[in-house]
Amino acid sequence: MNNIDLSVQVGSLKFRNPILLASGTVGYGNEMSEFLDLNKIGGIVTKSLSLKPRKGNPPQRIVETPSGMLNAIGLANVGVEVFLKEKIPFLKKYDVPLICNIAASSVEEYVECTRILTEEETIKAFEINVSCPNVKEGGLQFGNDINAVGKITEKVKAVTNKPVIIKLSPNVSYISDFAKVVKEEGGDAVSAINTLVGTAFDIYTRKPKIKNVTGGLSGPAIKPVALAKVLEIRQKVKIPIIGIGGIMNWKDIIEFMIAGSSAIQIGTLNFINPAAAIEMLKSLEQYCVANKIENISQLTGSYRI
Amino acid sequence: MFIVEAPVEKVIELDNQIFLLKIHCPEITRSIKPGQFVNVRVSETIYPLLRRPFSVCDVEGEYFYLMFNVFGEGTKILASKHFGDTVDILGPLGNGFNFNDDYETAIIVAGGLGAAPFPYLIREIGNDKNVLSFIGGKTYRDVITHGMKNITMATDDGSLGFKGNVIDLLNENIEVLNKSKIKIFACGPNAMLRALKDFSIKNNFECEASTECAMACGFGICQGCPIESTKNSEKYLLVCKDGPVFNVRDVII
Repeated sequence: MNNIDLSVQVGSLKFRNPILLASGTVGYGNEMSEFLDLNKIGGIVTKSLSLKPRKGNPPQRIVETPSGMLNAIGLANVGVEVFLKEKIPFLKKYDVPLICNIAASSVEEYVECTRILTEEETIKAFEINVSCPNVKEGGLQFGNDINAVGKITEKVKAVTNKPVIIKLSPNVSYISDFAKVVKEEGGDAVSAINTLVGTAFDIYTRKPKIKNVTGGLSGPAIKPVALAKVLEIRQKVKIPIIGIGGIMNWKDIIEFMIAGSSAIQIGTLNFINPAAAIEMLKSLEQYCVANKIENISQLTGSYRI
Repeated sequence: MFIVEAPVEKVIELDNQIFLLKIHCPEITRSIKPGQFVNVRVSETIYPLLRRPFSVCDVEGEYFYLMFNVFGEGTKILASKHFGDTVDILGPLGNGFNFNDDYETAIIVAGGLGAAPFPYLIREIGNDKNVLSFIGGKTYRDVITHGMKNITMATDDGSLGFKGNVIDLLNENIEVLNKSKIKIFACGPNAMLRALKDFSIKNNFECEASTECAMACGFGICQGCPIESTKNSEKYLLVCKDGPVFNVRDVII
């Protein structure tokens, strides 16, 4: 079993295994460390960081839906300054690649956050959350505007030498068009997918079950959609993909890799079983042995269509 | 914090479709305090998906109890558990009641299923202090007296005990409350807790309340359970980590 290589490469980023913990489901690492050894994880993606602290949305922020959940947290976070001062010292203790997720309400804010954070050596790469309202465009999400996604990629790349990953929204006609723009503007990889827009009503009060009315749908309910989006990007654009969407077990990881992912992120599952990421490593190895795969990265895009 | 696959000892049905789930789980019983909670994964299927948070109702040796009614898919599965089944427990979570302070009489105020955390609190207070329980419900069916001590009841429709809500009942008994140094421990619907906060401030009573909010993880990473703080309007507190028990003066319920 020892000769199985679980390490993967996403552009110039190397991870000891393909399992990363998704933004917003791992906080800044400290709570999760009570349940698993962060040194054994492929990588951690922080909760979205904005330039200034954000309070987030009022309750109710979360509701469960069939095999999924809707969330409208509203990007509550401590802000870049507190992150560097109070959260980085803890993360420094671990030998795990740290990817900073950045949220913003203007192109300038994305750039400014990246410019400040890139100085911190513990941070190995950036993941840009483009599913944020663009204040200048009346709240239209950057992620739905192909020009905005291109511009953010270009401007953020200009202020950092570290890899920039754009986290793509699935709420668009053709996600591969967005991946293409990211590649053209120098982006190093894409994460696919962010949550799907959804809502739910209480049939007695006729009110939305979350205060924000709509929220982001995650969990196993979205896995088939996520796989199709990963496949679409893989078939149309030559750019590394980090697959995300409803992964609940090791088989889902294999499936995402077959569809074209170089690595994957676990999200909602961290809420249910915060030790899940570690528990799956053994099964991934066993699958590779049984299927005569020496390096798990051979699976990436290995679909037979 | 532990994640434990814990064996179910039995499910007990009280009156009015209220259930007690008895679970063998020394990992939890060793350290859990009254008012703390556990997050329960009722099955390994993906529907229901998330864990369900429950206050620990009572502890006996290596066993603890959860109290619930059948509300949705998750609690339906819990109610159908038998000896030999297991439940996946994550806990202990949150902060419990501060019941060892300087006071003479503990005033328990519970509305409906808000009765859940009190059997354990009353057990732990033991004979150190007096305990008076004020229990409210919409009708007699919603009044849960399990594990309570020195009970006075109120129902909105008057079908059991005093006719009115539990705050009206406290006002009726204000002389009793003023007889000794009291501390109020409360759990129930938000409307009740809001009124109780006003009542406590008006009468200068100490009051801690166990609050409730939908949450996914229970340990601070999902950020799903904000509650407004009276001390810092720039930042929410989290029900799971900063609570679920709060001094009512510290939060806007």
